[in-house]
Amino acid sequence: MSNDRVVVVTGIGATTPVGGDAASSWSALLDGRSGVRALTEDWIDSVPVKFAGVAAVDPGDVLPRPEARRLDRAEQFALIAAREAWQDAGKPEVDPTRLGVAVGSGIGGITTILNAYDLFKEKGWNRLSPFTVPMLMPNGSAGWISIEIGARAGTHSPVSACATGAEGIAYGVQMIKDGRADVVVAGGTEAAIHPLNVASFAAMRAMSTRNDEPARASRPFDKGRDGFVLGEGAGIVVLESEEHARARGAKIYAVAAGAGYSSDAHHIAQPEPTGAGIQTAMRRALEAAGLTGADIVHVNAHATSTPAGDVVETIAIKDSVGTHPLVTSTKSMTGHLLGGAGGIESVFTILALNERVVPPTINVDDLDDGIEVDIVRAEPRKLPGGQIAAVNNSFGFGGHNVAVVFTSV
Amino acid sequence: MALTEQEILAGLGKIVNEITGIPASEVTPEKSFVDDLDIDSLSMVEIAVAAQDEFGVEIPDDQLKHLKTVKDVINFIQA
Repeated sequence: MSNDRVVVVTGIGATTPVGGDAASSWSALLDGRSGVRALTEDWIDSVPVKFAGVAAVDPGDVLPRPEARRLDRAEQFALIAAREAWQDAGKPEVDPTRLGVAVGSGIGGITTILNAYDLFKEKGWNRLSPFTVPMLMPNGSAGWISIEIGARAGTHSPVSACATGAEGIAYGVQMIKDGRADVVVAGGTEAAIHPLNVASFAAMRAMSTRNDEPARASRPFDKGRDGFVLGEGAGIVVLESEEHARARGAKIYAVAAGAGYSSDAHHIAQPEPTGAGIQTAMRRALEAAGLTGADIVHVNAHATSTPAGDVVETIAIKDSVGTHPLVTSTKSMTGHLLGGAGGIESVFTILALNERVVPPTINVDDLDDGIEVDIVRAEPRKLPGGQIAAVNNSFGFGGHNVAVVFTSV
Repeated sequence: MALTEQEILAGLGKIVNEITGIPASEVTPEKSFVDDLDIDSLSMVEIAVAAQDEFGVEIPDDQLKHLKTVKDVINFIQA
């Protein structure tokens, strides 16, 4: 990468199925606690999957009602996580024209769309909330965050299915490296636990149907895995040029050292079977960060617990980085947050570097064949001292591969 | 049966509070929705629709833009 501006992480925020903020989510992961639970909604008999990673803290319990009613649930999560991250960063004073936002959602306000359509058919157009459009648009979260913090350098919303959150962070890093901004609030959000989503993913045969054991359903790398588990929430980070952060004496969690992208051009939903695209993204991320595979001590894997994806990713990790990093999939506890996944998993990767510990992948009773990387199972494992680096992988339907590299301070 | 100004005011206060979070006690007849209560045009649409439901009157869009104060809405509902 030509630009030598260093980008650091100065704030983190998350609301997830295992905790209402970054700290409680992180401690749940270190304890190996699953956030996946049986659903009790009245529609549950109409779908074959009867559990999900529901947000540990309902956003309706956090936001004032007048605010909540004009936000889609995905926007609620995003705003809650962004406020936490912004507060955590010390609410930096920054020229508004040097402050940006890069936050997306894989699906957008789908619950708003579907509920609004029901209301429209039942009661007519003039009973729709005038906020229906800003609630359903996938860039709504980014827009609300920009208003909240007064960001005028540009507000962006990458949409790349389950790679969205990581792509948001990668985009934010690039905004700072390119000199367009000094501070960027970046990440991803999703709120898609609606019967139509569950039914549609089930129609792809992509979801686990382990209805008798919800907390054991998300089991990346395990031989018995049978699909992903839907989760919801948001993960947001505050990215800042190192110069700006140092000048104001900010606490620095990690360096956001670089990102790599590729696309499979193979199938609209299935992973490319050799993992070539994943390797390309990871190699490019290393190159962008000026690192080699030997520097990487930890990978927060995309691994969603689908039969097709997890092993291929481990092979790509082995081929592009090596077998030495401690690999984990926190989706074993949070479920898969789709567009929010890269957001929360970047937060977890940053915390792993910062606290030098990797949370376990739970439910790996029987490691699948062909996995040669070091999967952290059952108990957290310590990372070494000194200068260390880690990767967050995120891939999405459509063939998107994004790898983001963070390094210790 | 016609509602009194006080009854309409109380109903409007509840609606405005529900939609915007502004305390009902601040919703007094002389207040302008935009200038005093800082309510945007999208929220005004929500308030108007809720008021139509609550008081059983139609507030056409071309009338809504003339209803600038709380008193204007009360008068419209009473008329």
